Amino acid sequence: MTVKPQSLNIESRTERLIAVREFVSSAARSFGFGDEDVSKIALAVDEACTNIIKHAYRFDPGKSITITVRNRNGAFEVVIQDFGREFDPQKVPTPDMQEYLSHFRRGGLGVYLMKSLMDKVEYAIVPGKKNEVRLIKNLPR
Amino acid sequence: MADFRIAQRERDSIQVLELKGYLDAHTAPKLEEAFQNLLKTERFNIVVNCRDLSYISSAGLGVFMAFIEDVRKHRGDIKLSNMTPKVFNVFDLLGFPLLYDIVKDEQEAVQRFREIGPRGRE
Repeated sequence: MTVKPQSLNIESRTERLIAVREFVSSAARSFGFGDEDVSKIALAVDEACTNIIKHAYRFDPGKSITITVRNRNGAFEVVIQDFGREFDPQKVPTPDMQEYLSHFRRGGLGVYLMKSLMDKVEYAIVPGKKNEVRLIKNLPR
Repeated sequence: MADFRIAQRERDSIQVLELKGYLDAHTAPKLEEAFQNLLKTERFNIVVNCRDLSYISSAGLGVFMAFIEDVRKHRGDIKLSNMTPKVFNVFDLLGFPLLYDIVKDEQEAVQRFREIGPRGRE
């Protein structure tokens, strides 16, 4: 199934997360995903935006985030752009969850969730200019 | 905040928090406040009823992580009940069932406090 590229631009405020989830869920559903995958994609995008609000923009509500959904060679791709501090989640090691939980650590769960929920997570960072996270999921065969 | 609500009540000396709606980075501080109030008033036997919880992100999971150690230090526990499969999947993905007592319903959670005592005492 195809989907025309569509974008949503939001201010970097946590109250906008609900609109992000609705936008992405609706696009994923049109693309052909079932409820379970739609939920996974919406959660992954929520985690990406939450990281931007917290780390790239440090809760400055005057900044913006752009979320674009598009078809990438038959897969569903969500591109999330910000213009804040460089944050390279690739440098965040994948935690050993058992080790992690036994120390009651908090935070850092978002990156782990994004990797677990999507088929592929890519980052394109132009230092000082923009950060881009690309979340990719294939339709089940 | 219309998208997330907490109702608190007491059942057999156990504090029950009923969560309703969407628990994300925006609404997590509200749950954090509810736990802080329980700890401040030294109520450490807590059941979180998730029947009407539609959504949880890592910001919500982080709140449970933040308080569980403290609660168990005081020989209490946070038991989670009535999770929908959708919400349970997120807990499961992160391995939370290893650390938290997640039970079918509120009755079972209360029963576990009564019979085997809070996990911290085991």
